[in-house]
Amino acid sequence: MPVMNIKKFSFTYPGVSDPSLKNITLPIKKNKITALIGPSGCGKSTLLRSMNRIHDLYPGNKYEGKIDLLDFESGKYKNILDIKKENEFIKLRQQVGMIFQKPTPFPMSIFDNVAYGLKIDGIKNKSELSDRVEAALKGSALWSEVSDRLGKSAMGLSGGQQQRLCIARAVAVKPEVLLFDEPTSALDPISTAAIEELIVELRNDISIAIVTHNMQQASRISDYTAFMYLGDLVEYDKTENIFLNPKEKRTEDYITGRFG
Amino acid sequence: MEKIFQKFAFSSATLVFIILLGIFITLFNAARPAINEFGLNFIVNPAWNKEVPITTPQTKTDKSVTQSAVSNTDDETVDVNDFGDDSDDMIMQDEDDTPTKTIYGGLVPLVGTIFSTLIALAFAMPIAMGIAIFLAEIAPKKIATFVGGAIELLAAIPSIIFGMWGLYYFAPIVAALFGGFQVSLLTAGLVLGVMILPFMAAITRDSMNTTPDILKESAYALGATKFEVIKDVIFPYSKVGIIGSIILSLGRALGETMAVAFLIGSIFELPHKITDPTISIPVALANNFGEASGLGMSSLFYLALILFVMSFAVISFAKFYFLRKAN
Amino acid sequence: MRRLLINKIILTLSTISALIGLAFLAWILVTLFVKGLSSFHFSLFVNDLIDNGLRNLIVGQFILAGMASVIGIPLGMVAGIYIREYGQGRYANLIRNLSDIMMSAPSIVIGAFVYAIIVVPTGHTSGFAGSIALAIMMIPIVISTTDSMLSLVPKELREAGIALGASKYKVIFDIVIKSAKVGIMTGILLAFARIVGETAPLLFTSQTSNYFTLDLTHAFPSLSVSIYDLASDVQTSSRDLAWAASFILTVMVLVINLTGKFITRNKK
Repeated sequence: MPVMNIKKFSFTYPGVSDPSLKNITLPIKKNKITALIGPSGCGKSTLLRSMNRIHDLYPGNKYEGKIDLLDFESGKYKNILDIKKENEFIKLRQQVGMIFQKPTPFPMSIFDNVAYGLKIDGIKNKSELSDRVEAALKGSALWSEVSDRLGKSAMGLSGGQQQRLCIARAVAVKPEVLLFDEPTSALDPISTAAIEELIVELRNDISIAIVTHNMQQASRISDYTAFMYLGDLVEYDKTENIFLNPKEKRTEDYITGRFG
Repeated sequence: MEKIFQKFAFSSATLVFIILLGIFITLFNAARPAINEFGLNFIVNPAWNKEVPITTPQTKTDKSVTQSAVSNTDDETVDVNDFGDDSDDMIMQDEDDTPTKTIYGGLVPLVGTIFSTLIALAFAMPIAMGIAIFLAEIAPKKIATFVGGAIELLAAIPSIIFGMWGLYYFAPIVAALFGGFQVSLLTAGLVLGVMILPFMAAITRDSMNTTPDILKESAYALGATKFEVIKDVIFPYSKVGIIGSIILSLGRALGETMAVAFLIGSIFELPHKITDPTISIPVALANNFGEASGLGMSSLFYLALILFVMSFAVISFAKFYFLRKAN
Repeated sequence: MRRLLINKIILTLSTISALIGLAFLAWILVTLFVKGLSSFHFSLFVNDLIDNGLRNLIVGQFILAGMASVIGIPLGMVAGIYIREYGQGRYANLIRNLSDIMMSAPSIVIGAFVYAIIVVPTGHTSGFAGSIALAIMMIPIVISTTDSMLSLVPKELREAGIALGASKYKVIFDIVIKSAKVGIMTGILLAFARIVGETAPLLFTSQTSNYFTLDLTHAFPSLSVSIYDLASDVQTSSRDLAWAASFILTVMVLVINLTGKFITRNKK
């Protein structure tokens, strides 16, 4: 069963007359990496940001269709577009985490950054926090680099380390899905490679959706790829099919660099 | 907790609106006796605290009649009773038993306020522009930071200090250069100019700095001199900000009290020459509030209301101008 | 070439303008130093005005500004947070504009307002009224500074907090304000420096006093108002005291300002 099912989903930004996403139907498969690719303005980030409803920080959006999220306890799907109450939004974001384009360390210590999601969830026990922070940092391949300075400010880390910190922070909350919005576009090649390796590792425990404008990245790490163009989902398939044997001409044109 | 904070935040923000409204209403209320008595004629009447004969047709000096002609009897609010109600001390009887009343007219302070501000602007503008050009385009970074900081310190000096320095050190020089009185409209205007100088310079400099480098580089690449780049590229680009800074400085100068109080002379007479002493609205308020009562107090509030409205109008105009030009 | 000549002239004039600006600053500061120091002696800090000292005035000025800060800073910060973080477009913009207008309102008018609403009903001047007048002046400054410091925090930081499931109010306090902490604190410091040097709003609200007192319900000692009184006095000794007081007031204000600049310079 896919962990998320997007069904005939359309989205319009406030004050705009035309929808930015038209009738998207797409599964996010469990413990797999799904890449969203396409030229600038195709709507891939808009789609990603709908999956944790972070759009709703800015009121006035119009939705159509459904985005079903699997509730692991009951085995049933719930449409996250129906969420209205604040505490349900909070629960959604604890199940579906997000990593942004620029590293976003909070102005606090490394430990406090990673523990933040846990603290606001009410976890106070010091040893529990400590254990989960350590596990999260290990899971983000950052532990060995920061274990001796957990109390120091996160702002002192390098760009690549900061992004891994953000991943650790998101992972600590044990989400079911992680959304990555062009996570390596602001990083150098070495940090990029480290983060890609990390994302592949995370797949074992978490389902992942990643937006990238770097096609090679998509072909390197993803299991499934969705190609989008001007708000439409043009093609969705296993990654090797998209890249080696695309069914749609537009997909092929994009892959081969005829436009971009 | 979230909801509580949101409500508290909203209330704090609304407080601003309430205070502003409150100021207007309070000033208006306190000024009402004077407004009712003098109307708009207040703005053009230069006589302040002068006794004039009452021009009622009767020859009998019937005090009760003359009282009702002058006093304001329709106050209902408690706190306004202090203003405009003691008609007794306004009716004077002179030797030939012709009753007089005291009238107040705000022309002199109004003229003083406007002209001192204009002098300040005329003095400050060229120097402020020069300073801004120096800071934005001429000085190397370290010097620009140092000089900019020094100019900002000038802005931080309390206005009463400008008054002290102005009175004992600047005023004699002005009188020596221009003749006339040391405390005068001119001296006050010039010191006012020195006070708004840093403000105007800083905002102009910041506006000039928003000009994109590539725009300037394109002009230099065509062989333009620095002055030409400033004149033809930077100033047009930052025109809105520069004009805005002038308008805002105007607003500041209008309301300035303490420095002007030391230097303008505090005389309720229209100046014949620019080097004559006169008075401005803030100074009229500062120096007369203590002893005023009745219609005099009300007239002071009338002045305050005029000043408030003027300053409100100037700032609103500046904001409106910014908003329109930005689009 | 004529073009080069004009260029040189303008640039020279601009540099001269900067020197003129610096000259005024230097002239004022030197005057203050010379006149202030010549009347300076440590008894100024020990005696109150009744004994030709300035102690009660200095303490009084700080108390008035302090009381104003206790009222003005929280209200201003929270209002600033509202218009930047919670406001929906038009209302927030309206408050922002009104706050700017209030910031440029003549301080003497604010004094007249407080006179009408506090001094008249209570029947006498009070330190309390003076503090309220100063607080009214302080609030828009704090709003403006909070608003612009918060606007510098990138929106991704807020989104990252929300994406972890934090409520808006937690995001604001744990993350956004913390990021803008230095800028906001500096802004508050500069707002304090602004009002601690004010005279006009105190003239008929709290006036001043010759005695040391902590009683805010009556006329309250103020350094700035006393400078005005002393300077208008015919006796030279009063005027000398006014200079000493001016010197101390200016040093107070400049030190606070320089501290604020120093903090931001370090944290760039």
